[in-house]
Amino acid sequence: MIELSGIRKVFNQGRHNEFCALSSIDLTIPAQRITVLKGPSGSGKTTLLTILGLLARPTEGRVKLLGEAVSGLPERFLTEIRRKTFGFVFQQFHLLRGLSALENVILPAYPLGLPRRELLAKGEALLARLRLDQRRNARIEWLSGGEQQRVAICRALINDPQVLIADEPTANLDTRLAKEFLAILESLAEEKRTIVLTSHDPLIVESSLCDRIVSMRDGRIIEIYDRR
Amino acid sequence: MRTWIEKQLYLIDFALASLARKKAKHFGLLLLFAALVFVLASVSLYTHALRRETQSLLAASPEIVLQRLVAGRHDLIPPGYLERLGTIRGVQKIQPRLWGYYYDAVVKANYTFMVAPDMAIARGEIVVGPALMRARGLAPGNGVSFRSYTGELFTFIVGDVLPQASELVSADLVLMHEADFRAFFKYPEGHYTDVALSIANPQEVKNVAKKLLNQLPDSRPILREEVLRTYASLFDWREGLMLALLSAAILAFVIFAWDKAAGLSAEERREIGILKAIGWETGEVLSMKSWEAILIALAAFLVGYLAAYLHVFHQHAFLFEPVLKGWAVLYPRFALPPHIDGLQIATLFFFTVVPYVAATLVPIWRAATIDPDAAMRL
Repeated sequence: MIELSGIRKVFNQGRHNEFCALSSIDLTIPAQRITVLKGPSGSGKTTLLTILGLLARPTEGRVKLLGEAVSGLPERFLTEIRRKTFGFVFQQFHLLRGLSALENVILPAYPLGLPRRELLAKGEALLARLRLDQRRNARIEWLSGGEQQRVAICRALINDPQVLIADEPTANLDTRLAKEFLAILESLAEEKRTIVLTSHDPLIVESSLCDRIVSMRDGRIIEIYDRR
Repeated sequence: MRTWIEKQLYLIDFALASLARKKAKHFGLLLLFAALVFVLASVSLYTHALRRETQSLLAASPEIVLQRLVAGRHDLIPPGYLERLGTIRGVQKIQPRLWGYYYDAVVKANYTFMVAPDMAIARGEIVVGPALMRARGLAPGNGVSFRSYTGELFTFIVGDVLPQASELVSADLVLMHEADFRAFFKYPEGHYTDVALSIANPQEVKNVAKKLLNQLPDSRPILREEVLRTYASLFDWREGLMLALLSAAILAFVIFAWDKAAGLSAEERREIGILKAIGWETGEVLSMKSWEAILIALAAFLVGYLAAYLHVFHQHAFLFEPVLKGWAVLYPRFALPPHIDGLQIATLFFFTVVPYVAATLVPIWRAATIDPDAAMRL
């Protein structure tokens, strides 16, 4: 599904605070599997995730999506691919305060210009699926952490992406909510979606749901463990 | 096309929600913007209405008004003068006029007393302008007294009130019988204030004026086009003066707009980053932010312009009256007929709404072109 070869990412290149976040990354993300990037803080998990999800460009190396090189494409094309292919769940959820749960969910679909009734129905169906239908008109800041995360998942799914990317999805959740997240993950896996997560939460990493575990340290991959 | 429209509606929706989320900031900006439009539109509407009014009035005025000068001062036209004017070729009609100013200490206003040769006004009666009627609380049939410059008290009966069609000229008028006028101002028989001349060929006005000066060296011919030009420069000067006074306010607004609307807060940058990360293109972020700016600017423009219209045409531009009218504040208050000019609105729109929207887009564009992954690190 996604192939990374020779990836290197340097921040503040040429400045006194230059920092190499990733180096010599060669990785393949198989389709319809759950891949977990694990490692301690600062190991480069999130940076790798942003490159996988075409949110950032590598300083060196190549990213291929379904066999096509995409890392050199202009921003406009990258956005188009990102919109159609990826759904993101950020660690801090990054939902917009002041908007309702439903408004947050349908936000990524605004640029597509879908008929309003169709889009609202889609958003409501996703919220209902994650048991948030009663909270659809509640402002996002009124929701609990678990509810906010489910809204963020609905938002990631609104454009029906093939790949779901989640950064530390259980970092802000207690054990009960983390287990709830795993249940959602299971249902998404059943839909044959490709899922890439970063986590150092044992609940996720040790879960039998995860097909591949990629261990990272200091910006490098140190081990890939394939359960299938 | 339908998709495009739907997309724009979503962007407008989001822009409105975004404005509502930061109510205080956007309401403050809207008020300040509306105040700026109000001030500029008030000056523009007022001077434009004055210009238009003057032009329409002077269009019907005589081509030349002839005054007599003695020692460089305006003096009365003596007997025998009119006969000499009649000998000048090109002069079609000679109309001697009787008029003078009167300061009414009761209401602190200047009136123009005048004899209207084409109106039948009985002795002891006057016809007054609408502003004077309002100022003195008069109605037809009422008596009103004026103390002449000799100290003598004259009482007149108001016979009629002039129509309101053009208050600029009629507001302060007091029309009276010739005998009453001469008695009030102690004008000797056969003397006049000035003479209105109609010229047969409008192309010949300047030539006739030269002839007048040659034959009557103590005369001063005042051409209608000169009066028009003088008024135009006067109004332009006053408008310019007013705008110069306002320039500091305009500058303050520009700085405020740049800081508040364009200078994005960390929260707004974060939002832009999120939108990009969830699949919005730079152009779509720009469109949404443009809608935000357009909605604020349009609302402010409408509110400001409407307030200016009411201020100028219903409240006599009371805020800027002393600057715009100058000595004419001593004139009884007159109401300008409402008039809106498309070009004037377009100009005001171009100099307020367009720069504001443009100014907000530059920093938004800078923020919108950042890598979306920055949002994940905010």
